[in-house]
Amino acid sequence: MRAPAYRVPEIGEDTPALRARLQEIWETPPGLKGWLVTTDHKEIGLRYIVTAFLLLIVGGIEALVIRLQLAGPNLHLLTPDQYNQLFTTHGMTMIFLYASPILSGFSNYVWPLMFGSRDMAFPRLNALSYWVYLFAAFFLYAGFVVGAGPNAGWFNYVPLAERPYNPGINEDFYAIGMIFLGISVTVGAANFIVTFFKTRAPGMAINRVPIFAWGTLTASVANLVVIPAVSLAFFLLWMDRQFGTHFFSAAKGGQPLLWQHLFWLFGHPWVYAIVLPAMGMVSDALPVFCRRPLVAHTLVALATVAVMILGFGVWVHHMFATGLPGLALSFFSTASIAITVPSAVTVFAWIATIWLGRPVITTAFLFFASMIVLFVIGGVSGFMTASVPVDWQLTDTYFVVAHLHYVLIGINVFPVVGATYFWFPKFTGKLMGERLGRWNFWTMFAGFNLGFLPMHLTGLLGMPRRVYTYPDGMGWDWLNLITTIGSFVFAVGVLLFVINVWISYRKGAPAGDNPWDAPTLEWATPSPPPPYNFAVIPTIASRHPLWEDRLQESEGRSCLSRGMTLDQGKEALSTTALDADPDRILEMPEDTSAPLLLAIGMTILFIGMLALSWLTIGIGVLACLGALLLWLWPRRDLREREPAPRVAHG
Amino acid sequence: MSGAPLSYLTASGPRAAYTAPLTWFMLVVSILVCVIVTVLVWIAARRARAAGGASETASVPVERGADGFPWVKWGLVLSAIPLFISLIWTMAALAKVAGPPTVTGLAIDVTGHQYWWQATYDGTGPGQAFSTANEIHIPIGVPVLVRLHGADVIHSFWVPQLAGKTDTIPGQNNVTWLQADRPGRYRGQCTEYCGLQHANMAFEVVAEPRDRFEAWRAHQAAMAPAPADDTARFGQVVFAHRCASCHMVRGTPAAGTKGPDLTHLKDRRLIGSGVLPNTIGAVAGWVQSPQAVKPGSTMPNQHLSGPELNAVSAYLETLK
Repeated sequence: MRAPAYRVPEIGEDTPALRARLQEIWETPPGLKGWLVTTDHKEIGLRYIVTAFLLLIVGGIEALVIRLQLAGPNLHLLTPDQYNQLFTTHGMTMIFLYASPILSGFSNYVWPLMFGSRDMAFPRLNALSYWVYLFAAFFLYAGFVVGAGPNAGWFNYVPLAERPYNPGINEDFYAIGMIFLGISVTVGAANFIVTFFKTRAPGMAINRVPIFAWGTLTASVANLVVIPAVSLAFFLLWMDRQFGTHFFSAAKGGQPLLWQHLFWLFGHPWVYAIVLPAMGMVSDALPVFCRRPLVAHTLVALATVAVMILGFGVWVHHMFATGLPGLALSFFSTASIAITVPSAVTVFAWIATIWLGRPVITTAFLFFASMIVLFVIGGVSGFMTASVPVDWQLTDTYFVVAHLHYVLIGINVFPVVGATYFWFPKFTGKLMGERLGRWNFWTMFAGFNLGFLPMHLTGLLGMPRRVYTYPDGMGWDWLNLITTIGSFVFAVGVLLFVINVWISYRKGAPAGDNPWDAPTLEWATPSPPPPYNFAVIPTIASRHPLWEDRLQESEGRSCLSRGMTLDQGKEALSTTALDADPDRILEMPEDTSAPLLLAIGMTILFIGMLALSWLTIGIGVLACLGALLLWLWPRRDLREREPAPRVAHG
Repeated sequence: MSGAPLSYLTASGPRAAYTAPLTWFMLVVSILVCVIVTVLVWIAARRARAAGGASETASVPVERGADGFPWVKWGLVLSAIPLFISLIWTMAALAKVAGPPTVTGLAIDVTGHQYWWQATYDGTGPGQAFSTANEIHIPIGVPVLVRLHGADVIHSFWVPQLAGKTDTIPGQNNVTWLQADRPGRYRGQCTEYCGLQHANMAFEVVAEPRDRFEAWRAHQAAMAPAPADDTARFGQVVFAHRCASCHMVRGTPAAGTKGPDLTHLKDRRLIGSGVLPNTIGAVAGWVQSPQAVKPGSTMPNQHLSGPELNAVSAYLETLK
């Protein structure tokens, strides 16, 4: 291999001529073809966000039907089979198809803008991860739509999910669909990790990175480590079901607990993966409304990483009742209690930021500030379940249902809705309505707490989870009725949000580049940003490039109006991992249909696996190979036969 | 909370009693933390300079602000104290409640089936072993060892007022233990999702003084009496034909093991894993159409003729 060539990048001013040139280079052609082949991170990010929100609404409607069934004792709106498919699909939808993809969407859109970069590190991989997510979502829903949805819970314990106890095709949809979806998460995670370390603007050293990026980074590292465990588990399950292997069947020497280890080894880090980026949103956006930097920025970043590391060592707290030895339980109990410490760092940093700042009450602020309270409620109930003897009583009761909804709605949905109010102006160039926003917030907040706060008591009074109905005389009747009412109020709140998005999108007030006077780089671009994001690559001198004059944090000043122009093609800059010194000039790929074709090939392959049709599997494999060939074929105009040129210093 | 039979805030045995105060402690700490944080956020937000939207936000000047590190430091110190207490208490309680005591007063084998509980008692002598279903009798005041087995899928054995949950897992021998300090009926429930009728997989633990327990055990070990009248005798014939491949009645040729042992069916308070009272009408309804009561239960509808159903009900009434 030849040594990389050196090139002195051109330094220039941000001029209209430069912008016109870049626009021509970076623009995706309009129309359907452009829509199918684009690799623009902003377009992909928005698709992720819209798809995930639609699935949130679908999962929410499922929840409302479930709540109708549970509104009183002995109701028979649903058959047990319908109920089981509904609660399984609800969990699958919210955890896999909403909570993680929505954060990927925001990260996809915001990261390169925050980093002063022109795109993600691997734009084609980015497109692939979206298409696979979309097709896997259809795949996972296909069974449900035809009445054969997964029915063994999202956690899918064996032997219940094994063929003797689950002979239909229901679980095959789930097993194969989850392997499929895992591909999307894996390539997305790899992309985020490389993007984080290699594409930050010059000068954005590791200690200047916004917390949101830390959240998505740690989540991505976790996903990369643990997705193989769950994909393997589902693959083994599929083998058990289709080919009579006995990985999980005790009668033939298999081990049912193996499933639980593989699943929770993935499942618990995944929980952190779907809250840490959302916590990062609050850490970055809340200070904007407090008109000061985040308190203890470095500690909060470290706490994010610490939560994730500890998060690898707590999975057995889902398995306290499985008869494991006491010593093992003590270890996992201690780790689960210890994880409270970094979480407390973050909470006190947030509270101090409000207390020591000059808060401005906006809808986004309300969502972020209330999230602190919901986070703590979800946190302390988690702390209770971390204690083994207490958990032996709490586990598998509605106490845990309340806990996990405070975690998922409190720490994911509330920040995400707040983040939408915050970044919507960047996405669309229009502000969201604040008056409707207040109604939106208070309805969601009241409905959520009305629904889920009493549910803790339902659990303490012993109501088990995953029951399609319950007898009267157990002391749960009125609590369940309140929860059902609360869930409908919450749904009205979500509806108000959707209406607000629609109205604001149609006729919101113009936002300008930086409506909130926020400090990070995405606000230095026009709203919505042009396809190339930045005409010149900015150079960064502090954590808050747009607040530098007022904060006086550092001696140097970030430079946004003059920098590398990189306009000899579709070019972006790669920098070193820690200090973000300019390293190489990246030739970014053109728009291409290869990711879409590869995703279609995979879909055919997985349909073949579902139908056990070797012909279809063969066609799928060939389609994938063809798409990969198209993808990887080196093109001279992209200089893909040569190493990327290094940036010459001097 | 007498109106909540599955509430574990009421303890009636030492295992639950060791756990309940820890639960209360953690609950109170948790509520306090929530209240404190809510108040802090509320007060902090009340100091707002402005309210509105983008222009109001941008009009408030940005400043570096005071150093917030003491907040984090003191927050950590203050939260470490209850955390540490909880951790120590957890380990202490775990040591008390986890392992079964070395000396137990009785050992029972309990097997979780879709969707009922089988309890097998070792006999006091040859021919004295027996199985019963969904009603587990124990003597008060002594620890009772419960060996847990999984017949099909994973279930979880839970009697909240006596002890926390332990799963019954196929291929794995789990143990738990119960001790009741007071006589009474304690409701139990399967708490690991196990399929269509997971919701209706309840049982009862009946704790009674030793002498009454021994009398119960002796009675359970006895064979079923032969039916005395013609209707019941016809019922036994129908039973042998229609029910015996799944159900056992000791002392008769009926020796099925898929379903509950019915030798002393009428001695139990409830049928169908806690869903129906043990009356003649409820039993007849259950026998004829269990799928109407518990859709997806492993027992099929029987489609007996009127006289057959009548006879089977009369026969079952003799299984006292």
